[in-house]
Amino acid sequence: MAEEIITDEMKKAIGVPSEPVTIEIEKGMIRKFAESIEDPNPLWQDEGYAKKSRYGGIIAPPGLLMAAEMRGRGMEMSFQLPRLQILDGGGEWEYIKPIRPGDVLTVVDKLHDLREREGRMGKMLFIVTETTWTNQHGELVARALGTLINY
Amino acid sequence: MAKQVYYEDVEEGKEIPQLVKNPTTQQLVKWAGASGDYYQIHYDKDFAQAAGLSGVIVHGRLKSSFLGQLMSDWVGEEGWVKKISVQHRGMDFPGEQLTCKGTVTKKYIQDGEHIVELEIWTENPRGEKTAPATATVALPSRG
Repeated sequence: MAEEIITDEMKKAIGVPSEPVTIEIEKGMIRKFAESIEDPNPLWQDEGYAKKSRYGGIIAPPGLLMAAEMRGRGMEMSFQLPRLQILDGGGEWEYIKPIRPGDVLTVVDKLHDLREREGRMGKMLFIVTETTWTNQHGELVARALGTLINY
Repeated sequence: MAKQVYYEDVEEGKEIPQLVKNPTTQQLVKWAGASGDYYQIHYDKDFAQAAGLSGVIVHGRLKSSFLGQLMSDWVGEEGWVKKISVQHRGMDFPGEQLTCKGTVTKKYIQDGEHIVELEIWTENPRGEKTAPATATVALPSRG
């Protein structure tokens, strides 16, 4: 009597890239983010200090790409979620090149995988989304896999 | 900032310096604004309780960001955080201390890069690992 929560319609959405979203990285955005996690590293905020570092200027901390506002359109699923509640199951972030103020990043999301698992409250759906960030020079700067749990 | 760590200083099995965080409801609101995550279970107690939680909970990605800081602090300006992989396993509540910890699991040279792999995690006051994670970083070499 196993109830299937992954429909054919949902399976068809796997691997289809989202419309790209463009995000301009600003110094204030990086500072506000660093302040919110209480990370005093001068590389994220102090231009004079960062200039003398090997990066030659301010860069973004690893956490910035974990912020919801750095995601693309992946959350606008083409299908209705089968359950009411959502939890963030975690993610994997790969950093390839520094992200700097002034960068214009193109963000593309893609549904990477759907899995179901039996939980305490019935079947749960694991939604894995892949995100890529490409800068204005066409360089892939980072990629991530994020898991949402729908239960 | 702590002094720069080099590949040669690192030993497998060794712990790295801890990062202690004390998330408050105010910090959750600041993070919500800075990150753009306005899900109410992180600031609205009534909403959180209606969702079956005992109260508002710390954002998983705020914990992941703390682990990002643990790594960027450790690798210093000459190092580079290559990858962080986090599982949000347990819930954390504002007002409870979160300690970010890590242990070196492996070191090797690959394509000319001095790579170190670590197990890292956030730990609650009961010693539970609420966000177990792994990280891969590149460190400078004295060689």
